[in-house]
Amino acid sequence: MSKATRLTRRAVIVGSLAVTGGLAVGIYALNRDWPNPLEEDLPEGAVTFNPWILISEAGITLMAPHTDLGQGIRHLQAALIAEELDVDLDQPEVTVEPGPAAPAYANRALAAEGLPFMSQDQGTVATIARAASARLMGALGLQGTGGSSSTPDSYVKLREAGAMAREMLKAAAAYRENLAMTDLRTERGTVILPDGRALPYAELAEAAARELPPREIALRAPSQWRLLGRPMQRLDILAKSTGTLDYGIDLTREGMVHATVKLNPRPGGDVLSHDDSAALAVPGVSRVLPVSNGLAVVADSTWTAFKGAEALVCDWGPAPFLPEQADHWAALATALEGPPEKVWRDTGAQPDRPGMPPRDYRAPYLAHAPLEPLSALIHVTEARCDIWVSSQFPGLAEQKVAAITGVPREAVHLHNQYSGGSFGHRLEFENIIRAAEIGTAMRGTPVKLTYTREEDMAHDFPRQIAMARASGQVADGQVQALDLAIAAPSVTASQMGRIGFASAGADSQTVAGAWSMPYALPALRVAGHAVADLAPVSSWRSVGASTAGFFAESALDELIHEAGADPLAERLRLCDYAPARACLEAVGEMSDWGSPLPEGTGRGVAMVLSFGTPVAEVVEVHQTDAGLRIAKVWVAADVGRVLDPVNFENLVQGGVIWGLGHAVNCEVTYADGIAEPTNYYAHAGLRMPQAPEIFVRGLETGAEVRGIGEPPVPPAAPALANAIFAATGQRLREMPFANFIDFA
Amino acid sequence: MKIGFTVNGTPQEVEVAADMPLLWVLRDVLGLTGTKYGCGAALCGACTVHMDGEAVRSCQVWAEEVAGREVVTIEGLGRPEALHAVQEAWVEQQVAQCGYCQSGQIMQAAALLAETPAPSDAEIDAAMEGNLCRCGTYPRIRAAIHAAAAKLEG
Repeated sequence: MSKATRLTRRAVIVGSLAVTGGLAVGIYALNRDWPNPLEEDLPEGAVTFNPWILISEAGITLMAPHTDLGQGIRHLQAALIAEELDVDLDQPEVTVEPGPAAPAYANRALAAEGLPFMSQDQGTVATIARAASARLMGALGLQGTGGSSSTPDSYVKLREAGAMAREMLKAAAAYRENLAMTDLRTERGTVILPDGRALPYAELAEAAARELPPREIALRAPSQWRLLGRPMQRLDILAKSTGTLDYGIDLTREGMVHATVKLNPRPGGDVLSHDDSAALAVPGVSRVLPVSNGLAVVADSTWTAFKGAEALVCDWGPAPFLPEQADHWAALATALEGPPEKVWRDTGAQPDRPGMPPRDYRAPYLAHAPLEPLSALIHVTEARCDIWVSSQFPGLAEQKVAAITGVPREAVHLHNQYSGGSFGHRLEFENIIRAAEIGTAMRGTPVKLTYTREEDMAHDFPRQIAMARASGQVADGQVQALDLAIAAPSVTASQMGRIGFASAGADSQTVAGAWSMPYALPALRVAGHAVADLAPVSSWRSVGASTAGFFAESALDELIHEAGADPLAERLRLCDYAPARACLEAVGEMSDWGSPLPEGTGRGVAMVLSFGTPVAEVVEVHQTDAGLRIAKVWVAADVGRVLDPVNFENLVQGGVIWGLGHAVNCEVTYADGIAEPTNYYAHAGLRMPQAPEIFVRGLETGAEVRGIGEPPVPPAAPALANAIFAATGQRLREMPFANFIDFA
Repeated sequence: MKIGFTVNGTPQEVEVAADMPLLWVLRDVLGLTGTKYGCGAALCGACTVHMDGEAVRSCQVWAEEVAGREVVTIEGLGRPEALHAVQEAWVEQQVAQCGYCQSGQIMQAAALLAETPAPSDAEIDAAMEGNLCRCGTYPRIRAAIHAAAAKLEG
């Protein structure tokens, strides 16, 4: 199928993306295989077995199409293929590439956690809906990285890809040597014959590609794994430790010029007028061009472009949303007073007697602010466009570039890069759109667009702001009821609107991590309240669970204290999902929960189930003369199977630090429609002296293999708030906490 | 203006504006992109290099201030095939996630260890506070600095 044909599928894509917004999905009969994109432009002498494997005389190339944002997924994809293909990633002839953007790399797991079923629900209807969602996502061909879904999407698929090629290579060797398949084994990219001779895959590949693929593939049991489940050295670790890995911002092309943008600091606002005479007078500045919501400066170096942008004088239009922060909070409070958009869970009857008085909780807007500022290198010619950038939606990015440049869709080539962090930022297209606009005006000349940190932060579509109101009941030392209402703008609708898709239905992200809490409370009600017309928002590491998880686990903790129960014991008593219980039990044991603590020390616990992965955390804080110190964190996460244990520990530690740091000292506020933090003097998160010791345990009791990029984030903030209460008696219901107490 | 200085042991002469930060001289003029741009305001440490042996934020050093100085960047500290002890520790501890801050972290750590061969945790905190890691690899950075100290001692 040509790329042009894919465009006609757009209407269907609209439906699929709405799935992540919480629409129930019909069962689509579409269940097609997409063509192998490696067959286009196949190098002379090379053969491809499936979209993930290409073998030629030059070597073995493995495709890792999920975008590497620092989570190590390029390595893990390669390891999944290599495990069954029987190649080793340290072999010089084995290379790993992100591959082209193509529907064959559809992420079948992307929508599963957006369905209106709790992830612990393994009932028939939920199971059928998930299978339908996977088929639909496959049929739509939407390549995307996000929602901690890369590992669930890849776990079986990529091992099957490796095994399929291995069996075909063995079949070719068996035919050539007149031996039975069972006489052969494979190792380090060779088929080994009974006499000990080793035939390199490259020699067999051409014949092997003509073999019929095996009809059934039996994947190896984990006990047979050579790579997975053991400490592995990440493919990128040497380059990232020596400054030799090229990120998008580092790339150059012959004849390239540099560019930067100066955009209306009120996101989405217009340029009313501008004076570029001073900018054009900066030596080295060659052009000033209009781009969406602002201007671009083209120059002979990044620095010169920055200087030119500084010299631009612009009259900016107003913000197309409420300009003042106080009005955003007021809108949330108003929404909570009104009827809910959807009651997501309503178990038991809320008791009709006075209980815990209603408590309000708040979570602010937050920037992604990855350390690599937005950039993109683009080369537009009449017939072709190449763009080198890191994108979590490379196919959608190609569509946007095609529409702007006028280059046919099939002649737009996005070369996906390792990114210097994302946390959701690279699900957006802001840099890609501006690069395409500049590249079109500069047709024929390669241009590298680099945002300043200030422009990046001004236009960082933040995490949704949210507010909650909780009340509840306790009796006989137990929590009896929790009634939690959450108001937030729809992150899904905001994000899909920028992609160009409509969304419908209540957004499950408003209540993610709260409505599906695995606690068997006699009465539990979780409602979502919609709020429109606030600042545009986007997916931020753990999305809705980062706010709703904080509300749920803070409110539950308040009720547990009201009941006079132990925070861990009461959660264990209420928890009705075995993997989540296992996590709570593990952190209890790891932290020696209940052991006597010195004066001024407190511990808090929280557990949130997000993206199907339960994570429990115990945080320990110490009161010191310099302020409160976050000393230690114990974490247990159940991902079904820990595939890359060293990287797993690193991601869990990083997720905890991400969750704690933003809870402590980060917020984006708007004044006159402009985001107030502009650089890392604010919104830095934790730095080395504030980072606690973090002890990690990976559990493998869950039935499914899950992701770990996001799930460690949601429990961190409530566990910290609960620890602060234990240490000081002060209950913090609003982030960032540093607005209320001093941290060391 | 013309500015002569030494980068990674090699004399260089560049023709740039006097106020161009060393960061951009390295990246855009000399093509040494291992040194990263993160904030442009000495808030993140991603652009840390050594100037006459001292860790500096290259986004805050003007080109004219570099004349006659010796600059070492991540590319000059060690190479993939000949790692500096700090880089060796970074690889062994598998510190990096996105890795974008790590050039600066490594240069800062190398400068710390040159001055303080066996730093305490408090000394590590003080030296590394200006180097931001948004991925949160601090526990591994700390472990790698201790491991590198042991290597350099041994």
